[in-house]
Amino acid sequence: MAVIIEQPNAPRSRKGAQWEKRAWIFMRVSGIILVGMIIGHLMVNLVLPERGVKSIDFAFVAGKWASPFWQVYDGILLWLALIHGTNGMRTLVNDYTEREWLRKALNITLWVVAGALLLLGTLVITTFDPCIDPNVHEYLPELVCKG
Amino acid sequence: MPTRPAGTLYRGKLGMWSWVLHRITGVGIYFFLLVHILDTALVRVSPEAYNSVMATYKTTIIGLAEIGLVGAILFHAFNGIRVTLIDFWSKGSKYQNQMFWVVLAIWVVLMAAWVPRQLMHTFGA
Repeated sequence: MAVIIEQPNAPRSRKGAQWEKRAWIFMRVSGIILVGMIIGHLMVNLVLPERGVKSIDFAFVAGKWASPFWQVYDGILLWLALIHGTNGMRTLVNDYTEREWLRKALNITLWVVAGALLLLGTLVITTFDPCIDPNVHEYLPELVCKG
Repeated sequence: MPTRPAGTLYRGKLGMWSWVLHRITGVGIYFFLLVHILDTALVRVSPEAYNSVMATYKTTIIGLAEIGLVGAILFHAFNGIRVTLIDFWSKGSKYQNQMFWVVLAIWVVLMAAWVPRQLMHTFGA
C-alpha cells in the first residue's frame, strides 16, 4: 500500500499561516536571545559560585533578587524559555499524534501548563519577600523589614 | 485509527541525526524547566522549603545528572543557531554539515572546560 502524504502544498487558512509564521520567527528570535541569557544564567548560578550548585540557597536567591536587574533578567528568562519550550513541544505533538482529539487535548494541556507556570513564576519574582527569613539580616544587613 | 504503513521521509546522515538530537534535548530541557520553575517557586513559601528542595540538587546523583542537563542545553543552543543560520544565511544549507561539526567542537570545548569543575563540586566538600 502506498504511503499517502496529505497535500503538503495545500494552502492553510490565512490566519493559520500567519500564526505559524509568527511562531516560527519567535522560535528563532527567542532562541538566539536564550542562548546568551541561559549561558549567563548558568555562569552566575552554576559555574562562578565558589561551590557550584552547592552555593545556592534562600540567601543566594535573596541576594540576587535584591537587585532589580536579576528580577528582570529572570522574568525575561522565564517567559522566553517557557514559551519557546511550549511551542517546541506543540511542534512535536503536531508531528507525532495521529488522533485529532488527542492532539488538541495535548496542545491545550501544554498551554494551560505554560499559562499557570508563567503566572506562578511572575508572581514569585514580583512578590518575593526576603523578610520571611528571620535571619535575613545576616546576609542582607541593609534590608529594612516591616514589623 | 489504523497506523499508516511504514514509509519514511527520514533521510539519514548528520542532518537527520542533529534534528533528532535537537528534539530529544528540547523535550528533556522542557521537562527540567517545568520542575525548575516549581522548585524556585518555593522561595515564596519559606527558606526551609526552598533549602530542602535545593538540598536534593546537591546530591551526587543530581550533580551527575546536571552534566547531562548542561550538555543537552549547550547542544540545543548551538545547534539552534545552526538551524537559524540554515534558514537565514544564503550559504547555510550548503554548509550545514560543516556547521554541525563546529557545533560539536564548541560543545566539546565548553564541556571539557566545565565538567571537571562540576565533578569537583559533586564529589568534593
